[in-house]
Amino acid sequence: MPELTPALIYGVTGIAVFAIGLVGALCAQDRLRRVLALKLCSVGAGFILVVAAWRDPPDAPDPVPHALVITGIVVMVSATAVALALIRRLQSLEAEDDA
Amino acid sequence: MTDTLTEMLTTLNGSLLSDAPLLPLFILLTSLLASPVLFALPESAARLRAGINLTVAALKVALVGWLGIKVGQGVVYDISFNMLPGLEFKLQADPLAILFVSLSAILWLVTTVYSVGYLERGPHRARFFGFFSLCVAATVGIAMAGNLFTFLIFYELLTLATYPLVIHKGSAEALRAGRIYLIYTLAGGLVLLLGTLGLWVLAGTTDFTPGGVLEDVVAENRLAAQALFVVLVGALGVKAALVPFHAWLPTAMVAPAPVSALLHAVAVVKAGAFGIMRVVYEVFGIETAQALGMTAPLAALAGVTIIYGSLRAITQDDIKKRLAYSTVSQVSYITLGVALASPIAAVGALAHLIHQGLMKITMFMAAGNLAEGLGVKKVSEMNGVGRAMPGTMLAFSAAALAMIGLPPLAGFVSKWYLAQGGLDAGAGWVIALLLGSSLLNAFYFLPMLYRAWFRDGTIEAPARPRIGWMLAAPPVATALMVLFVGGFANAPFSPLEWTRFVVAIEYQE
Amino acid sequence: MMLDPLTLVLFAPLFGAVAAFVFPRAAAAVGLGAVLVTCGAVLWLAQQVLAAGAVTVALGGWEPPLGIALRADGLAVAMLAMTAVVGLLVSASALDALREARQQQYFWPLWLLLLTGMNGVYLGTDVFNLYVMIEVIALAAVGLTVLSGTREAVRAGLEYMYASILGALLFLLGVGFVYLQLGRLDFEGLNSAEPSGALSAALALMVIGLLLKTALFPLHFWLPAAHANATAPASALLSGLVVKAALYIFLRLSTYMPLPDEILITLIGTLGAGAVLWGGVQALRAERLKLLVAWSTVVQIGLIFIAFARAGQIGLTESWKAAALLILAHGVAKAAMFLAAGRIKDEVGHDVIRDLDRSSIRPTLAQFTFALAAISIIGLPPSLGFIGKWSLMEGAMAAGYWHWVAVTMIGTLLSVAYFSRVFAGFLRFDRMRGELAEHKGWAVADIAPLTLALAAISLGLMATPILSFLELGYPFGATP
Repeated sequence: MPELTPALIYGVTGIAVFAIGLVGALCAQDRLRRVLALKLCSVGAGFILVVAAWRDPPDAPDPVPHALVITGIVVMVSATAVALALIRRLQSLEAEDDA
Repeated sequence: MTDTLTEMLTTLNGSLLSDAPLLPLFILLTSLLASPVLFALPESAARLRAGINLTVAALKVALVGWLGIKVGQGVVYDISFNMLPGLEFKLQADPLAILFVSLSAILWLVTTVYSVGYLERGPHRARFFGFFSLCVAATVGIAMAGNLFTFLIFYELLTLATYPLVIHKGSAEALRAGRIYLIYTLAGGLVLLLGTLGLWVLAGTTDFTPGGVLEDVVAENRLAAQALFVVLVGALGVKAALVPFHAWLPTAMVAPAPVSALLHAVAVVKAGAFGIMRVVYEVFGIETAQALGMTAPLAALAGVTIIYGSLRAITQDDIKKRLAYSTVSQVSYITLGVALASPIAAVGALAHLIHQGLMKITMFMAAGNLAEGLGVKKVSEMNGVGRAMPGTMLAFSAAALAMIGLPPLAGFVSKWYLAQGGLDAGAGWVIALLLGSSLLNAFYFLPMLYRAWFRDGTIEAPARPRIGWMLAAPPVATALMVLFVGGFANAPFSPLEWTRFVVAIEYQE
Repeated sequence: MMLDPLTLVLFAPLFGAVAAFVFPRAAAAVGLGAVLVTCGAVLWLAQQVLAAGAVTVALGGWEPPLGIALRADGLAVAMLAMTAVVGLLVSASALDALREARQQQYFWPLWLLLLTGMNGVYLGTDVFNLYVMIEVIALAAVGLTVLSGTREAVRAGLEYMYASILGALLFLLGVGFVYLQLGRLDFEGLNSAEPSGALSAALALMVIGLLLKTALFPLHFWLPAAHANATAPASALLSGLVVKAALYIFLRLSTYMPLPDEILITLIGTLGAGAVLWGGVQALRAERLKLLVAWSTVVQIGLIFIAFARAGQIGLTESWKAAALLILAHGVAKAAMFLAAGRIKDEVGHDVIRDLDRSSIRPTLAQFTFALAAISIIGLPPSLGFIGKWSLMEGAMAAGYWHWVAVTMIGTLLSVAYFSRVFAGFLRFDRMRGELAEHKGWAVADIAPLTLALAAISLGLMATPILSFLELGYPFGATP
């Protein structure tokens, strides 16, 4: 059995979080839930990148993945905003049609 | 890329300096470039449209004549550029090409006159003449294709250009026929694509070369060569209306008369028959094809088609349908002559390529005139039409008698050579086949002539002719050609003489 | 800093997008200008690539792995050129097709953002940048999908959004694993890496994400509704260009995958075959013209994957060209087709295929354009689509993959069948309600789609120069 390093814990957690998000994104009925599930996926992927930055102390962590994670977060924030805007728009369109 | 450009420029320069080596290209471009102009003309510009049509058609005849003379003098034309590495778009003007190009150029001129008259007030004339022109361009391309790849390109173009013509009336029936036509011919085209690819992969070339290009392949892989033969001839057999791929032809009869005339005489069925010629003579080579054991089954299939078409023709009451089944039968004479693998039969086949075109176009235009002038569309309504429209019916009769094979008319000449060739090839059954077929021809044509001339009809001759000269003259002109090519078969530059020239090349004598 | 065409290709549309957003009244002018500048930059770049082979630039002078490098070879420039030309003509037709001011106002920034993303994908040399670019493309593309503002469009756009983001995140996860193993993300690094199971798994994650974004069967579920409900210029961009971005990345990445693995090839090809058959059947059943065209995109994507699959044992050295030709051909022809379909819908007032022949208005030139585009998409000579199909079948036949030949032929017949439904609607006249209307049959707005359709046909005649251009800089295969 491999040694339980923080990197491994982070890595496995990242994959698990991604997997939970994936199931949600594919199976959830509710629109908002699916957005949240996708957010989970992005968090999982972020974990993996953070792990990739891990260096045994005293080495400083690799800065490149950190930059990538931050970029990823920015991208995901905009994507979430667009998705939420679309959901609201759709809700109001549907409300109009029902009325 | 620059190389290609330089090459093109050099060719262009050469063309201006020397003896117009781009002549075949010009002939192709006459109708190809006329097409977009005709599309763009407004419906109302009838005179201008007719003018352009006739000018281009006449120009094309002149250019083809010039080309024929040059080729007769031994000038070699070869225009090509690379479309894919090693794979060329290639136009050539060998004597076989000249034979077919001349047919299409002359009959296009005649049919153009006829169509202008026929469609005088009909709808969608811009569309009609645009596609009509494109259709002829495709036929010219098919004739002058220097390799199977180029042939394929024009073969598909022909399908696309004829589809809108077939469904020109825009009725439910026309569209149904169009769909059948499209499915048959595009499926055939797809199989031809497969065959062309197969040839390219097996032989590394698709060039048409007298004697064939497959000798090495046959030695290595006989089965593959046989399969290739079946695929290619089967694909071409769709347009050539070989049984069992003939069903589209009778249904395509809903097309306007000039389209039917062109389809049956030069464009579609002839493209198939001509393709079979190219494949047998210049892809496989007649000796190789024979050695593969493929010519005998092909001859048998042609024989079956000849009899089947005639039998079906007898029972048709619709004039155009009867003529269509007659085409199924008659076009297979060409395939038969090719498959008999005898130079004499080949002369018959090639001569029939021309003769059948002249005879059939006459009959279709005459049938169109009957429908236009008298409203007669069925054989049972033909009583007394001879007196009502004597010129048209004289032309029809001449063509019908020629088709039956009355000497010295055109059909007799081709049948005579085919029979001789049958004997030469040691296939005595051909004589029986030809006799039987002629008998059947008589069975379905003579009643029409009898009704037209000897039965009193209810139809009175109209006080003044209801059809203009543009409808009346073309069938008479082609009927005169039928008389000429039969009666003066041995004159220089008659189709038969040119045919002998071609056969000498294909049989490498 | 010296101005170079690579940077300009990327930043002209980006600045254009910002400017078009800030000055909504001048959006159209700014947009057209930016696209024109991009076209010029692509031309300039093409000239450099012709002279020197591949061209590379490190953005801001930072070298990889920290900086971002851009690289252009023949393949990349061909894609850039296709995108620029298609984009220019779609832009021109958008001027007429988008009648509402609100649509004009949002179309231009979104489209320029999309163009930035597309160009970034073609020039990108590391997988993280590719991730960012496909996200940019996804956001812009979703925006374009919902531009028409109808309920169906927004619903389809949301579905598209989910699929697209999920695909991008799968890609990102793969990127993370690649970094974990190699400590770098550029193509050079992937190139020099020892093949390992873990690396293949990481690449597989990225590929699944890409397949979702390019809509390969059975991951195509989001595409038909999204492409069919967008406005015509948006549909043309989505179908002609956007799906090609993921395809292009797949093509680039496939060099690093152990692709000549028989099982993988068969899998990819089988999915492609599924797309060709399922998409074909759905297109036969589609009731609306734009939906039919959208399903034909699913079919074409499948066909392109069959072209990948036929790479077989030969590897990519030769066979990527068939895929590249099909990608280019489809880009041009499908844009033409969607624009023409949009024009027909505009003139007739609906796009229900069954009732096209009931209309007494016949936009002849748009119908003609549609037919021309169909010639290329069916793969009839001499169009570029035909050349692509020829290359595909030639390779498959030479490698003895007869099943791929068979699928291609069945797909072709299916496409004839479903397009002939449309032609019947164009050419039938006996069900018309009333007399044929006084309609001149054409409009200035037909020029852009017609140009594209004619290009799709005539580019086939230029296949040899196109192929030799694609090979510049040796995108795949050994440098001699």
